[in-house]
Amino acid sequence: MQKLGDFKLPQFFNYPPYFTLQPVRDTREKQIQLWKELILDFCKSQKVFLIGVEEDFPLFSNSAIDRTLSHEAREIFLSAIVGEGRAEWLDKGHRKCLILWHRIQDWADIILKFVRENGLEDSVMTVEEIRSGTESLGTELEGIDRTILMRALKLLENKGKLALFKGTSADDEGVKFSV
Amino acid sequence: MASESRIGSDGLFNTAEVTTSGRPVLRRNEVECFLLSSVDLDSEDDPPRFASMRSGNLILTTHRLIWIPSSQPNASSLPSSLPLSSITHIFSHKKSIKSMFHSPRIRFQVDSVVVVTVVFRGKGDFDGFLTKLWECWRGRAWEEDEKSESEASSGSGAGTVAQGLYGNDGTVRMVGLAGILRKEQEQWESTDKSLQDAFQDLNALMSKAKEMVSLAEKMRQKLLSAPSSQNGGGDDEEMGSKEEMQQWMLSVGIISPVTKESAGALYHQELSRQLADFVRIPLEQAGGMISLTDMYYHFNRARGTELISPDDLWQACNLWEKFDVPVMLRKFDSGVKVIQNKSHSDEEVMSRIRTLVTKTETLRTGVTASDAALTLKIAPAMAKEHLLSAETKGLLCRDMSPDGLRFYFNLFPEIDPTDLHLVKDIGTYGEWVKATSLLSV
Repeated sequence: MQKLGDFKLPQFFNYPPYFTLQPVRDTREKQIQLWKELILDFCKSQKVFLIGVEEDFPLFSNSAIDRTLSHEAREIFLSAIVGEGRAEWLDKGHRKCLILWHRIQDWADIILKFVRENGLEDSVMTVEEIRSGTESLGTELEGIDRTILMRALKLLENKGKLALFKGTSADDEGVKFSV
Repeated sequence: MASESRIGSDGLFNTAEVTTSGRPVLRRNEVECFLLSSVDLDSEDDPPRFASMRSGNLILTTHRLIWIPSSQPNASSLPSSLPLSSITHIFSHKKSIKSMFHSPRIRFQVDSVVVVTVVFRGKGDFDGFLTKLWECWRGRAWEEDEKSESEASSGSGAGTVAQGLYGNDGTVRMVGLAGILRKEQEQWESTDKSLQDAFQDLNALMSKAKEMVSLAEKMRQKLLSAPSSQNGGGDDEEMGSKEEMQQWMLSVGIISPVTKESAGALYHQELSRQLADFVRIPLEQAGGMISLTDMYYHFNRARGTELISPDDLWQACNLWEKFDVPVMLRKFDSGVKVIQNKSHSDEEVMSRIRTLVTKTETLRTGVTASDAALTLKIAPAMAKEHLLSAETKGLLCRDMSPDGLRFYFNLFPEIDPTDLHLVKDIGTYGEWVKATSLLSV
């Protein structure tokens, strides 16, 4: 079967009707389900956090069978993911979609786990370090989308697990953990 | 000369004197003008003023209308006469739809009271008779008699009794052989004249026809606007006559303005049955289902003349639900209307489609409407309807591309969303994978 990067595509990715928005309700529901799972799987595997509807997201076309998802179909499938709370539209025009293959709450838990595992309970770090610091390498936090990270941190701040503060430069925000 | 006994409760008619061979005895100066056979006389009043006189000869003279029964005179039907002088009014002969289909008749009023109807059931010159009746009635020959009689009684010495061929006032008398010959002559002239009139007046005839059509139109409008069942069951007679009216109009060639709610004009009913019979063979040839437009073409081609309109076809098909015919009209979601056998089952077509799309080749490539049409041996439009129907049922799903619309066997139900890579051993999904892997790199 085909691969996109190191992601193994399922067999039905070559099934032409998969790329046509189905009019019959039951069939469509099934189709939507399959697209949801596929997108989330792919994004998690490839650490894709953002999908632009009009951009060349790899899953949206299959050159082997010469098929491409229509704009309408893309929007419908992504909206379905949003509806489940696993994604968010970043704009009213539904052009950019933030994919939460981990929910914000899940990310928060991952951060806490990260903090405990690395003994950072009372320490201070920059936000950037959480994303790309040595401790993060090889973890899920590596390369996490900044927006998502900030949201998770804010969530934790509200719970009193940490405090956010601005640093010396514009993008140098810091975190003081008090886990 | 007038006899004493009078017939009828009002004594309307006098008994007419006849000879032994049944010819009427005419009075002085009375001249026979016309003879009509197979005539009934009726009274329109209620209760009738006289017993109706059926099937006799009606003789018009200058002075009287004489009716002589064709069969042997008996007590109930005696030769009778009615003086023209007692006619107070002759109703004008209105040409109506009804009159076209009933025997010709004249109505006139006697003594300002009774209305008599003369119904003419034979084949003769009714119009000629009518003309002559007016002439004689207007001629008022009896007044001349009275005048001459009163002149005679007032004692004028001049010979008052007409002698020879010419009467007192100079008109030609119809007596003797010369009279008979003269009468014949007049008859010929009158016939000739009416023939000439008829031919020359073709325009008048045409305009009459136009009148007829506009009259029929008015009737039609009336029927359209008249409330059909305001009085519920109490108006049976009205309904009956309305139906009659529609039938008359139809036979004249004007289609009844029947709506779908009513029982349907006879025309549509007959057409409906005819169509149901006809439809059988084209249906078989078309594989059990044929579009309405195709049927329109077939039916009219078979008819040759008297083509029916699309609307007629539509109405006729709609009537099928009221009869017990083995065919039915069916409308698809897309709006396409087809005629199909009641016995024709969707199941049968579905199974044929299923067989088609699960073949290895078609698993891989899917089918277009034309492919299906060829394989299923039905018209492409029909094939598309079947494919769409199969899609709605979940048997197929669609693939839209710049190449067009194709249908595939619907694999979606067989794919497990919780395990995207799973392909079960049984099921068409597995077969599809096999079919596609034959070509993949």
